[in-house]
Amino acid sequence: MSLRPYLPILAVAVLLAGVVSIENSNAFANGMVTAMIAALAGYGWNLLGGYGGQYSFGHAAFFGAGAYVDAILQMRYGVNAYVAFALGASAAGLVGLVVGYLAFRAGLRGSYFALITLAFAESMRVVANAASITGGAAGTLIKLDPAPANFQFQSRLPFLWIAIALVAFAMMLTRAIERRRFGAYLIAVRENEAAARALGVDALRVKLQATVISAALTGLAGALYAQYFLFVDASIAFGPGISIEALAGPIIGGLGTVFGPLVGALALHALGELARSIAGRLPGVDLALYGALLILAVAVARDGLQGLAIDVARKWRVRTA
Amino acid sequence: MFAPSLIAAAVVNGLTTGAVYALIALGLTLVYGVLHIINFAHGAILGAAMFAAYFAYQAGVDPYVAALPLAVVFFGLGYAVQRLVVGPASHGEDRNFLLVTLGLSIIIENLLLAAFSSDTRTIDTPYGFSTLEFAGLFLSLPKLIAFVVSCLVGAALWALLAATDTGKAIRAVAKERMGAALVGIDAAHIFAVTFGLSAACLAVAACLLLPIYYVNPRVGETYVLVAFTVVVLGGMGSIPGAMLGGLLIGVVESLSGLFFGDSLGQLGVYLIFIIVLLVRPAGIFGATA
Amino acid sequence: MIAPLLALENLVKRFGGLAAVDGVSLALPGGGIIGLIGPNGAGKTTLFSLIAGSETPNDGRVLFDGEDITRLPPNARAARGVGRTFQITQPFAGLSVRENIAVGAYLRHPRRDDARARAVQVAERVGLGGRLDAPASDLTVSGRKRLEVARALATEPKLLLLDEVLAGLNPSEVRDFAPVVRAIAAEGVTVLMIEHVMQAVMSLCAHLYVLAQGRLIAEGSPLEVTGDPRVIEAYLGKGAARRLETEAAHG
Repeated sequence: MSLRPYLPILAVAVLLAGVVSIENSNAFANGMVTAMIAALAGYGWNLLGGYGGQYSFGHAAFFGAGAYVDAILQMRYGVNAYVAFALGASAAGLVGLVVGYLAFRAGLRGSYFALITLAFAESMRVVANAASITGGAAGTLIKLDPAPANFQFQSRLPFLWIAIALVAFAMMLTRAIERRRFGAYLIAVRENEAAARALGVDALRVKLQATVISAALTGLAGALYAQYFLFVDASIAFGPGISIEALAGPIIGGLGTVFGPLVGALALHALGELARSIAGRLPGVDLALYGALLILAVAVARDGLQGLAIDVARKWRVRTA
Repeated sequence: MFAPSLIAAAVVNGLTTGAVYALIALGLTLVYGVLHIINFAHGAILGAAMFAAYFAYQAGVDPYVAALPLAVVFFGLGYAVQRLVVGPASHGEDRNFLLVTLGLSIIIENLLLAAFSSDTRTIDTPYGFSTLEFAGLFLSLPKLIAFVVSCLVGAALWALLAATDTGKAIRAVAKERMGAALVGIDAAHIFAVTFGLSAACLAVAACLLLPIYYVNPRVGETYVLVAFTVVVLGGMGSIPGAMLGGLLIGVVESLSGLFFGDSLGQLGVYLIFIIVLLVRPAGIFGATA
Repeated sequence: MIAPLLALENLVKRFGGLAAVDGVSLALPGGGIIGLIGPNGAGKTTLFSLIAGSETPNDGRVLFDGEDITRLPPNARAARGVGRTFQITQPFAGLSVRENIAVGAYLRHPRRDDARARAVQVAERVGLGGRLDAPASDLTVSGRKRLEVARALATEPKLLLLDEVLAGLNPSEVRDFAPVVRAIAAEGVTVLMIEHVMQAVMSLCAHLYVLAQGRLIAEGSPLEVTGDPRVIEAYLGKGAARRLETEAAHG
């Protein structure tokens, strides 16, 4: 297996790690971790939405599953933090399997698929808000005990590196899928399911596999959130906020691409910071900006920022030729 | 077990709530029927309408009086939004419409949040707690008014679609977009009219809800999924379906609240939604998708 | 005795009240180019869908290579060797020609390099070798038809169903395409083609089936079939055969 297709990804990861090692004020580090978590969640969404063409409006279901399982296993069952982390992602993958199986077996797609994922996320939010195992409306805390063995660190830097590493992993996974039969089949099903089936593609199986991987990646982001912030509640875990973040990044950065979700997440967070600094303490301005950007992206920049950049580069090359 | 009077009260309560759900769902099912897409901004528009009604009240206008003028205003707003923003941005693709309306809902909700903060507000009308006695049950007057007005609006919409020229044009575009264009119907105009009608229904619903309920920027979200459930249950694009579906969901929610407790009441609605989507996405009155 | 490659037993497919396919039985031993002709609305494409698996019959069976595949989904049939093209071409719009064909090639060649190499080979066989990296959406009608065939061919089918692959092509494009179809059959793939372009049917097909109103009304060599009065009537209306005879007699 040649390494060449993955070199740009490694370069970007190294670059990011370098940047955060140099500029490590608390505010910047915090913003970066949040951005990386959003990017990771976006990589999950991107696989099903960008490559698979199935837009989920309820990816919070997977994020929250990862977050809660990670927290609950540690706090109530004394499971090792790293094991809980992995199990959180796996649990999210399982939720993905169930949701995907129900939805795709019933032949749902387009608006209906978006709606049912939203319904699942909302149902989980209602349950998490009421059940005792999740701490009900008060949520679940992870006991503060900084030590590498507990997957908690005194400084933010190790978290940052881990977050970047996980995003790099997501990028490489995306690249690998792009270059394999699974990726080709996924895209074919997105473009034309009937034609793909006539060529021997088991569309249901492909969509299911994509959903599971997608869910696990987003669940990973959720588990990381829990480890970093040490607190999870129903509206953080399963609320529409994270569902929107998961899809906004890839769409604005470039749907169905390897770097899109990262670019999108970074851009959105930078813009969010900018909006917050201008609008001051007004809540919601940054999110309103996300909404406007979403509309703009759909209206004007179909392939997102990445597409815009490629377009500009091409036109510039033509002019200087 | 629960006393029959409790259950009866829950059912009646559910019917009145359900009528408002139906009114809210009317616009959504209309937009789906004509444009064939889900308008994700539906809840946010309701939230905006409720704020509008709230401020009308602060200015001294009773919600029931404000209903008609607000309906006209929101018709205009809905028309403009579809004609100028949503339509052009979507480039005619369904997938894009989903995202554009999502973006719109995010903008509206968060602008409301920024402008009015997340505090919950209520209004105090003189009749807010009036009740009417009927067959041994005490019916809340505002809820009763909501029920009656919702049914009237539903009937009026039905009549508009059946009898007026615009209504026929709407039905034509819903059935056969290209053919309608070929006989000279301006599809973009009809889409905008549909969107406007949808927003107008929401304005009326907002005025009916204000005396009964509270308003905050998130209130639209609360109603969005219920509206979707009603539409999916009743059949996308079917007005009688939306009316019936609304009543049914209202009763289900009320009874779920009774049997499972308030916090889980909503869950009953979501579960129905998921089950209907999986088993019969076309709904009660829908044609097979 | 070897089982026929394709056997249809009393296939029936109804849509609402209408029987699009009304009790069709046939057996293809295997090999050669066979034509399926008939007037518009006869049920030919529905028959293809029943063979390929995108529709399930209300009654009857489909047997492929001796195996009952009636309940199998399309992808399972493709894996067993049934390939089909669509009447209205369905390219994977966002992908290049090479990537389109590779999707088909992946069925037998799971590895990326193998699949892409196979895609190049198949592209050259249908005459798309020079357009490998062009976006599929950029192709002309003729190119798209070739792409349809190439994709299905890449799955290495035993039976290739061509649904009006010549429709929309001008006479010189038709002439250019015929050798491609012949070459495919020469390599051992059985070709069953729905076609309206009569000169192509006559020159390419060794054997014809005629479908009208959901039923097989004739089969045989092209010469036999075109002389058959029932066939003439199916195309030209009742009494046409006799009218033509009388006109011929009165010279």
